Amino acid sequence: MAKATFLEAIRQAQMEEMQRDPTVFIMGEDIICNVFGTTTGFVDAFGIERVRDTPISENGFIGAAAGAAMVGTRPIVDATISSFLYPAMDQIVSIIAKSRYIYGGQPRLPLVIRSCLFYGNSNAAQHSDRNYSMFMNIPGLKIIVPATAYDMKGMLKAAIRDDDPVLCFEDSTCWTAKSDLPDDPDFLIPLGRGEIKREGSDLSIIAVAGAVPLALKAAEALAAEGISAEVVDPRSLVPLDTALILKSVRKTGRAITVDPAHQTCSAGSEIAALVAERAFDALRGPVLRVATADTHLPFSPAIEKALYPSPERIVAAARRLVAAHEPAIA
Amino acid sequence: MTDQQNDRSLEKYRRMQRIRQFEDLAEAIHAAGEIPGALHTYAGQEASGVGACMALADSDYMVGTHRSHGHPIAKGAKLRPLMAELLGKATGVCKGKGGSMHMSDFSVGSLGETSIVGSGVPVAAGAALGSKLLGNGRVALCFFGDGATNEGAFHEGMNLAAVWRLPTVFVCENNGYAVSTPAHATVPVKDIAERAKAYNMPAIIVDGQDVDAVEAAVSEAVERARTGGGPTLVETKTYRYADHAVNMGRILLDRGAEVDEWRKRDPLTLHRAALLAAGVAAATLDTIEQEVAAEVADAIEFARSSPYPTQEEAFDDVFVERLPIPDFING
Repeated sequence: MAKATFLEAIRQAQMEEMQRDPTVFIMGEDIICNVFGTTTGFVDAFGIERVRDTPISENGFIGAAAGAAMVGTRPIVDATISSFLYPAMDQIVSIIAKSRYIYGGQPRLPLVIRSCLFYGNSNAAQHSDRNYSMFMNIPGLKIIVPATAYDMKGMLKAAIRDDDPVLCFEDSTCWTAKSDLPDDPDFLIPLGRGEIKREGSDLSIIAVAGAVPLALKAAEALAAEGISAEVVDPRSLVPLDTALILKSVRKTGRAITVDPAHQTCSAGSEIAALVAERAFDALRGPVLRVATADTHLPFSPAIEKALYPSPERIVAAARRLVAAHEPAIA
Repeated sequence: MTDQQNDRSLEKYRRMQRIRQFEDLAEAIHAAGEIPGALHTYAGQEASGVGACMALADSDYMVGTHRSHGHPIAKGAKLRPLMAELLGKATGVCKGKGGSMHMSDFSVGSLGETSIVGSGVPVAAGAALGSKLLGNGRVALCFFGDGATNEGAFHEGMNLAAVWRLPTVFVCENNGYAVSTPAHATVPVKDIAERAKAYNMPAIIVDGQDVDAVEAAVSEAVERARTGGGPTLVETKTYRYADHAVNMGRILLDRGAEVDEWRKRDPLTLHRAALLAAGVAAATLDTIEQEVAAEVADAIEFARSSPYPTQEEAFDDVFVERLPIPDFING
C-alpha cells in the first residue's frame, strides 16, 4: 500500500489489467504524449499496437471499440474530456448500448470509455460538461463515477473485466485526491455497489462524483452544529445501489442529493425521485437537491464557481431541512 | 469448369435463389399483415451480397445495414431463424428483438446489421483492428449503400481503416437511391469509388448484377486485406426492386420504367444464363430452385409454429445479466 492520486489510480488500474490480459488495449487522442499522466510508461511496456493514438475522430474510434470488443478484445477508450463523447453519440447510443439487445444477446461488448469531467476551471461551457446523467436515460450502458483514488482503482479494474460496456466518468476536481492503493492485482470493487463514506443519524447526503468530498466537508461543518449527516456515495449510477440509498434514508428520515450535473434530470434528481417514491413513509421533510444551476457555465471565474454545489450550499440545505422539521416544543 | 469451380458457381446460384425466394415470400406475407413493422427487402441486389460473401472465408467478419435479409443469407445463414425473426418470434436469430432491419447472424461471422445509416463502417474497422491485435488473420467486410457515404461515420471509419492499414473491405452497394433521393442529388462525384482517393485507398467499380464479377473484385480486395495491404473500397453498381421499405414509394417516388430496365439484367437470370452457357444442365438449376423453395417453405412453417418471446425476454440482453423485472409486468 502506498498513497497515490486519483490519476495514478487510473494509471495503475490500466497497467495491471493490460499486464494481466493481453486482449486489453487502450486507444484515444494523444495517449502516447500522455496529457493527463494516466498512460505513463505504457508504450515501453506494451508497444504502440496496444497503446494507440487515434485521429481526432471520436465517432470513428469509439465505434471501432465496439467492433474490436465484439471480436474478442477488451478496448479501453480514453475519450479525454466528456464533452468529446458528443461526436460519438451515434456509436455510443445506437451501437454500443443496443447491439447486444437488438441482436438477441449474440455479441458481448466488453469495453470501457473513460472521460473526465473537466469543470470549474474557466474552460467555458463546451469543455465543462458533467454529462453522466444523460447516459443514464439509455439502457445498456453501465456508468461509474468514482470519487476517491481507492474507488477509482478498484472500479476501473472491475470495469475492464466486465463483459458489458462501461462509461467511466472521472471528476477532475478529484484528480489530486490521494488514497492508499492496494497492490493486490485482483483488488476489485464490484460495479453497482455504493458506500457509506461517513455515518450519521440526522440526514442522508447522497453525493455523486466530485460532490462526495464536498458532502464530507459539509458533514464536518454540520457536526460542529450538532447535526449528524450520513454521506452516501453510490459510486455507480448504473447499476444504482438503491438498497444502500433507501436503507440510509430510512435510518435518518431526511435526504439531500448533491450532484455536480445541471439539476434537471440529473442523477441527483433521479435519486430524489427514488427516495420520494420508495421511502416516502420514512421522510420527515422534502427531498432537497443541490446541483449545478440550469444555465451554461461561463468562462469568467468571477461568475462560474457560484453555480456549482459547494459545502456551504449543502450546509444551508441541511439546516433548512433539519430546522423546518424539528418536533414542535410544547 | 473444374468440379470445384462448378460447386462454387452452383453455391452462388443457390444463395441468390435463397435470398430472392425468401424476399418474395416476405413481401407477400408482409402485405398480408403477417410481418409487423417495416420491411426492407434485398431483391435485385443478390449478386452484390453473394459475390462479396463468397470471397470471404467462413471465419471472416461482415457488418451490414438496415437492408439486412440478404447479407446473412449470402454469408451462409440458415433461413429458419431469419424468417422467425421477421415474425417477431422467440426462435428468431435475434430472439424477436431486432426484426427486419437487424437480421444479424453472428454464427456466420456477422457483427451486426445496423439500421443507422453509415454506423457500421467504424464497427467494421474496429473488428479488423481486433483481428489484427489478436493476429487471427481475419478480414472484416462492411456493406453500406450510396447514401451512407455522405455520413460522417463513413469518413471516420474509412480514415481509421486506411491510416491503420486495417484488414477491411468496404463494399458500397450503390443502388442509386438514398431512401427516395437519387444519388446524383446528394453525391457530388460520378462514382462513389472516387471517394477512396481521399483515403489513399484503392477502389474497384464492378457490375453489381454479375455475381462472378463481384466475387472476383472482392476477392482481390480480401487478398490485399489479408496480406497486410490495408483496405479497399469496392463499389457494386446495383438496384433494388422494391421501395426503400416495401410499398413506401407509393407516397414517395415513382420510378416507373426504370425498374423494368434493371429487371432485364436481373442477377439471377444473368447467372443462370452464364451457368447454362458453361454447360450446366438446366435440370440441375431447376433442382436447386426446388430445394430452395422447400427450405423457404420449411422456414415459414417453422416461424409460424414458433412461440412469441415471453414478456420477461424484454429485460434480457440489455446487459449480460438479466435486468430486474418491474412489478407492473407480472404484478
